[in-house]
Amino acid sequence: MSKFTTQHEAFRNLQRRLLFLRLGLMIGLVLLSTRLWYLQVNKGGYYRGLSEQNRVRTVDLKPARGLIFDRQGELLANNVPGFNLYLTVEDITDRDELADALEGLIGLPRAETKKRLANNAKSYVPILLKTGLTLREAALIEGHRLELPGLRIQAESQRNYLYGDLGGHVLGYVGEVSSEQLDEPAFQDLTQGSIVGKTGVEKTYDHAIRGKPGRKTIEVDARGSERKTLSVAEQTPGDDLFLSIDHPLQRLAESLLGEEAGSIVALDPTNGDVLVMASRPAFDPNALSRGLSSALWEQISKDPRHPLTNRSIQGQYPPGSTFKIFVAAAALESDKWSSDSTVRCTGAYPFGNHVFRDWKKGGHGSIALSEAIVHSCDVYFYNVGHRLGIDAIAQMAGKYGLGMPTGIELPSEKGGTLPSTEWKQRVRKEVWYPGETISASIGQGYLTVTPLQMATAMAAVGNGGVLYKPRLVRAVRDRLTGQIQEILPVVRGVIPLRDESVAFLHEALHEAVQRGTGTRARSTIVEIAGKTGTAQTVGARAQISTGSEGVPKQFRDHAWFVAYAPAENPKIAVAVIVENIGHGGTFAAPIAKALIEEYLEQTESHDRQPHPGQL
Amino acid sequence: MIDSRIQDNFEWRFILVSVGILLLGVASIYNVTHDLDQSGHVPIYVKQLAWILVGSVALLAAMAIDYHALARHAYLLYGIMLGLLVLVFIMGRSSRGAQRWFPLGPFAFQPSEMAKLALVLVLAKYFSDVPRAGWGHQVIIPGLIMAPGLLLILKQPDLGTAMSYTFIFVSMVLVGGLRAKALGMVVLFGSMLFPFIWELFWSSLHDYQRERILTFWDPMTDPAGKGYHALQSQIAIGSGGLFGKGLDEATQSRLKFLPEGHTDFVFAVFAEQWGFIGALVLFTLFAALLYLSAEIAFKAKDTLGVLLATGILSMLGFCLTVNIGMTMGIFPIVGIPLPLMSYGGTTTVMSMAALGLLLNVKRRRLTLFY
Repeated sequence: MSKFTTQHEAFRNLQRRLLFLRLGLMIGLVLLSTRLWYLQVNKGGYYRGLSEQNRVRTVDLKPARGLIFDRQGELLANNVPGFNLYLTVEDITDRDELADALEGLIGLPRAETKKRLANNAKSYVPILLKTGLTLREAALIEGHRLELPGLRIQAESQRNYLYGDLGGHVLGYVGEVSSEQLDEPAFQDLTQGSIVGKTGVEKTYDHAIRGKPGRKTIEVDARGSERKTLSVAEQTPGDDLFLSIDHPLQRLAESLLGEEAGSIVALDPTNGDVLVMASRPAFDPNALSRGLSSALWEQISKDPRHPLTNRSIQGQYPPGSTFKIFVAAAALESDKWSSDSTVRCTGAYPFGNHVFRDWKKGGHGSIALSEAIVHSCDVYFYNVGHRLGIDAIAQMAGKYGLGMPTGIELPSEKGGTLPSTEWKQRVRKEVWYPGETISASIGQGYLTVTPLQMATAMAAVGNGGVLYKPRLVRAVRDRLTGQIQEILPVVRGVIPLRDESVAFLHEALHEAVQRGTGTRARSTIVEIAGKTGTAQTVGARAQISTGSEGVPKQFRDHAWFVAYAPAENPKIAVAVIVENIGHGGTFAAPIAKALIEEYLEQTESHDRQPHPGQL
Repeated sequence: MIDSRIQDNFEWRFILVSVGILLLGVASIYNVTHDLDQSGHVPIYVKQLAWILVGSVALLAAMAIDYHALARHAYLLYGIMLGLLVLVFIMGRSSRGAQRWFPLGPFAFQPSEMAKLALVLVLAKYFSDVPRAGWGHQVIIPGLIMAPGLLLILKQPDLGTAMSYTFIFVSMVLVGGLRAKALGMVVLFGSMLFPFIWELFWSSLHDYQRERILTFWDPMTDPAGKGYHALQSQIAIGSGGLFGKGLDEATQSRLKFLPEGHTDFVFAVFAEQWGFIGALVLFTLFAALLYLSAEIAFKAKDTLGVLLATGILSMLGFCLTVNIGMTMGIFPIVGIPLPLMSYGGTTTVMSMAALGLLLNVKRRRLTLFY
């Protein structure tokens, strides 16, 4: 009995203990329910947001950039379909594996991929990994989709420059917007990976030609593959640009420079249109726009010949003897000198303890201003400069816009230097020495100008004194409405030269080509007026002239020639500089002649006026 | 006769609840797997239905043989189980760093799932043979019985099963009669030994298991990596909200952001689609199942019956709590399937066999009075 009782008690005990297990399980279920309430009801909205973020991807619809035409409506830049590779960081599982795979498949260096991944802030916004994939590369990526989640190939329009490096400095190139730019208000509607103009008119007119990006939201699965489209806001294409550039003439100018480094600028003196802006060596904007590799970029940007530099607006050269035109203008307008004043040139001009030499050994004999221009007599202008003083020269040259930016609509234009006593005090904190005026009066010393400045100044000489702001873009066409907005010529100033002075300069410059230093520019079909110049390079200061053979190339002079034509009623003004080649009369003058002849011949034979349908 | 009718009624309720859970499981499995490309293969939800059929046979078998007869062979069965665990260690198929499966044609058999049931049987037999007194008889000897199985499972390694195995042991020892004083001793020794045991436990883990436990504390530290499962599962459940997203809008599972949606994370799939209301219904079904099981345990006619039912109850309760807890981020992610809902042959068949054993205990409750 007692044994039974103990057994019975033990059994009851067992059942009592069972209550604890039931209680424990009940507490467990209550805890789970509480947690469930917290997740689904308290934080439901938050997790809903996270799940949306998981499945929804925003894809930027890149607008096609506006087209770029030359003055005749010849297409210079358009867009072609291209494959771009995008990556959504959130969808990647293994970064190292991905970088390895990309190197293996499309030769994208590991370091490049890693770099791109590293400076990406939002993990769910796709980042641009590579542009301009070939069809084969795109197919390879698509074929490995499953192993490479998060990658997406997007067919997008790709900038295409129809003539390669032709006019590349003017057109510029495009590239991915930088993170600094993204912070600026002007780039507000863009996102990482958006394409913007990096230089040239692509940059200055970027706001007009880049268009408005659209946005598409899509649903993706865990692998990042698109499942369906949720919403679309279409993109707006960019506006078209009509440049003032004359494409055939530009082509001729670049071929005339050939392998030499230098620049040619040709303007229409009647309105400031930039007909030609050539700079050599050049680069192919197509290569730069297609997301080039670090190695290629290194090669281009570290090239000792600086192909990326637009010498027309960034090359600052001493004007050499071309500057004599403006010294002569200052002399003509001064009561300290007259056109009849004669100087006896013996080939040397002693000043202080230094002897300044003429380029011609033995000198030019006794000559007046007109002949001094025609034969480019240095000694004559040493005397003029000494008499007038640097400030009178600087004042006149300044009216022609020398030594200051022209305001052309291109990025990073350089100003050059127009020295004066005030300038030297301000910049160098020194007094001006009279000997420095002597060098300046033949365009050497501190004085530097850009080829574009020389061309605008020469256009102002030719048209009788109207200084235009160079006009590179003639019109912008709205891509949607077709409406054309013309950009009007801008007059920067009028040079108050007396009519006699203008006539005198015109005559002297015409004579300089007819029988003076510029005879190599003499043409049988058109009257050309011009002036040669030979700019000494820094390394060759010791010698007066280092034009010829036997001198290392980098020490040879830069050859200048500035001109306008026809002499009576100028339609074109040209500035040519060829670096490290020798005398301007020998090397630069023939280039200017060929260009002028081509332009005027074309204008007469066909109608080289802007296409009426376009403008 | 009246008794028999009540009994039938009870059994029907039990069956109804179980079938309800099983069908919700199949529905969730269907929802996450039906659009997978499995050309030429049998769809996963059809396979699960087939397993349920096999499980029904196991259930009937476990119900049919008197549990006293089963208990007579408990040690033998447990011995065979240990043999299988050794065998799987020697010649099992390994996958993801663990060696747990016997390949059986197109299927895989996981003996550690079966080991849990064998442990329940052998411990129930041990405690019911004679009244066990003193913590030596109540803890150390059963501990020695349990240990080889635990070590073999840990060695595979299968952390989840090892944990439920341990939990079954602890709850059965406690229910089986460990006195308060002895319990105090165990707790004392346990806390003294804890650093050593933890060290032993920690060093026996694979790297991926450690990472899982570490990232459990803060899944956001590595959302794309090790914390991915935990995070995506919580997003799935949380985004379900009060009423759920419905079948088509359940993007976490439909678009496969949630991995293992048809196996360990089947609850997250369910909760995303049906929301808090739906999950509460599911909880109610599970609670009803546990309640009915506890009823069976409470009303069993002898110690063996009580302990058998207790073991099964704690096994089901533990797996249920830990699985759902891990999908909601309150337990680390260890591979424990949700009983009766997760896809899997061994787990489905074994869970249903366990239900059969419960019904077995229930049915033979009245034989005492015959």
